[in-house]
Amino acid sequence: MIGGGNMKNFKTLEKDQSNLIKALQLKQKKEGYISNEAISEIADYFSIPAIDVEGVVSFYTQFKRTKPGKYKISVCDGTACHIKGSSQVLNWVSDELDIEEEETDDDGLFSLETVACLGCCSLAPVMSVNGKVHGNLTRDSVLKILKEYREGAYDDK
Amino acid sequence: MMINRIKVGMASCGIAAGADEVYEYLENNIDDIEITKVGCIGHCYAEPLVEVETEDESIIYENVEANEEYLEKILELKDESRLQFKKERTEKELNKVTRLAGVIAPDSIEEYMDNGGYEALEKTLKMDPEDVVSEVKDSGLRGRGGGGFPTGLKWSFLADKDAEKKYLICNADEGDPGAFMDRSMMESVPHQVLEGMLIAAYATGATGLFIYVRAEYPLAVKNLSIAIDQIEEKGLNEFPDRTVEIKIKEGAGAFVCGEETAMINSLEGGRGNPRYRPPYPTDSGYKGYPTLINNVETYANVPIVLAEGGKKYAEVGTENSKGTKLFALAGDLKYAGLVEIPMGITIGEIVYEIGGAEKGSVKAVQIGGPSGGCIPAEHFDTPIDYDSLASLGAIMGSGGLIVIGNDRCMVETARYFLEFTTKESCGKCTFCRVGTKRMLETLEKITNGEGSREDIKLLEDLAPKIIDGSLCGLGQTAPNPVLTTLRYFRDEYLAHVDDKVCPALECDNLVDIYLDHDKCIECHLCEKNCPVNAISSDLEIDNEECTRCNTCIEVCPVDAISRVKRGGGSSE
Repeated sequence: MIGGGNMKNFKTLEKDQSNLIKALQLKQKKEGYISNEAISEIADYFSIPAIDVEGVVSFYTQFKRTKPGKYKISVCDGTACHIKGSSQVLNWVSDELDIEEEETDDDGLFSLETVACLGCCSLAPVMSVNGKVHGNLTRDSVLKILKEYREGAYDDK
Repeated sequence: MMINRIKVGMASCGIAAGADEVYEYLENNIDDIEITKVGCIGHCYAEPLVEVETEDESIIYENVEANEEYLEKILELKDESRLQFKKERTEKELNKVTRLAGVIAPDSIEEYMDNGGYEALEKTLKMDPEDVVSEVKDSGLRGRGGGGFPTGLKWSFLADKDAEKKYLICNADEGDPGAFMDRSMMESVPHQVLEGMLIAAYATGATGLFIYVRAEYPLAVKNLSIAIDQIEEKGLNEFPDRTVEIKIKEGAGAFVCGEETAMINSLEGGRGNPRYRPPYPTDSGYKGYPTLINNVETYANVPIVLAEGGKKYAEVGTENSKGTKLFALAGDLKYAGLVEIPMGITIGEIVYEIGGAEKGSVKAVQIGGPSGGCIPAEHFDTPIDYDSLASLGAIMGSGGLIVIGNDRCMVETARYFLEFTTKESCGKCTFCRVGTKRMLETLEKITNGEGSREDIKLLEDLAPKIIDGSLCGLGQTAPNPVLTTLRYFRDEYLAHVDDKVCPALECDNLVDIYLDHDKCIECHLCEKNCPVNAISSDLEIDNEECTRCNTCIEVCPVDAISRVKRGGGSSE
């Protein structure tokens, strides 16, 4: 869904640095994160120093340098969600899964992060799991959602 | 009565509320009626929304669920669950820019054209480019992204440049937490945004168009991509002397990229650091070529300006702020959603009449996001226009409007915004990088009950220095939430530092959790659910152990547990 095309491999991109971010996005989509190997590979492709690629990766919050869990939980901490208690949502998730922000649980099933705003403010507080947004969260609904993911209820969607 | 068509509101907000399940259910259970996915009509609080079009009317059902009961309501056009348009709201609204949002299918260029789409572009192509610029100047349209720079004037800067290539960028990096106007427009009426861009390209001589979209908006990217393919198929991007190329570029999650020089660096594939201006982008922008940046909502206004003429457009609004403005309403109010209002109505009209917030329950609104300010209820008679809001220390901003209820702490609100800007500061300017960090630490000290009056002085000393010492808008506006809360809610700061009390009982370090044994029915739910075992078997709360997670308050069936001021539990 990037730029109208359905390309999956960054090597189809024109070798111009303006495509660097797109290349990283494609790589991350495929592998889940940006590994050291990915950095060298991309740097070679665009003929730029690896440090420049690393610099771009570290600048943008979208890029992850560690392998995420099967289910990526993003708790929204936008203003509306914050006002509606997003820090509690974070607590509930973190207590239930026994992981902190930017961590992945031992089974590699869930990873947890906070994001600035998912743009669904009217349903605050919200969180997304692998991009699917769950709104109007309460403690009960959060626990129910996590249980459903654990049981694989969303796997085929 | 014959049903012609059923429409399901499927913007991100609708999908999050369950509209995709509703759509699937209707698809599986209705054979002979066309079911269309449309965008957002703004009444997000009532989602999922399903609109039923019959020969002579259109009925909207609210909070629709994917089951037989609702299927029946819809097919038999029952009176229950119909969305009631409240008179207080419809009287204040003026749907011009959002006229087609949620009405047409976003992925159908035909439907857009049937409703007058691309007529403005057709008209434009018969005009001299200079006349198009003058028309926009006459309209008084100002940048909707927050700054409020006159759009026509900005266009003339690019039009005057003689260069081999000229670029036009649509700033769709809607990074303000709490704002979703641009997302909604791109998802619901992508063609309207693109038509505005094509008109701007013709008027300014641009050769290439970019849309810089937040990566967090996958549906907007999808709908824009479809729209661009349709435009190219119909050749709408082919002007007599050139073909303009339209490209989508996805951002990668950096708030500072909303600043124009940072955005250009990001488009070029680098870190999104802003740079000194001049040279302005219209002199030297993307890859050194003259470049112009306007916001999504600004472009969405352009077809209207050209269709009805600049002078007619300028009839709506106030002296210096023309036309309408979109606001994303959220927070402590009844009807959260998207609303379009004519410039000049008051903040109070939006909060109470459109938003349905209860009078007396609201302490302030936060307007303009992390760059904006908090405006207290006593100023709710202020009209919404660029200059009046600026005079209160806030900004128009891009249109996020968060209603803050009486039970929220304003110091905590300011801390929240500083935490955001501290994280998002790109680190280039010392005053922004270190100054916001020091401000955040000072605010944390205060909300933790460890602050003194000296700390308030420190905040007031640091704020103007950060404003003066920062290169771009992020740093220059970062202290605004602190300055406005200090200006209007100083008593709350003083309560935190002098009495170590959070009047709103929000700051965790300044509250205890109290269990009222007179109300308690001894169900022990709180004890069972406490994640840190801070509640004993005889139902005493150990406030030393407690993390203030509120779980016990949530699970208590009789509201016997509440937050009280620190040390206040035993005396009550």
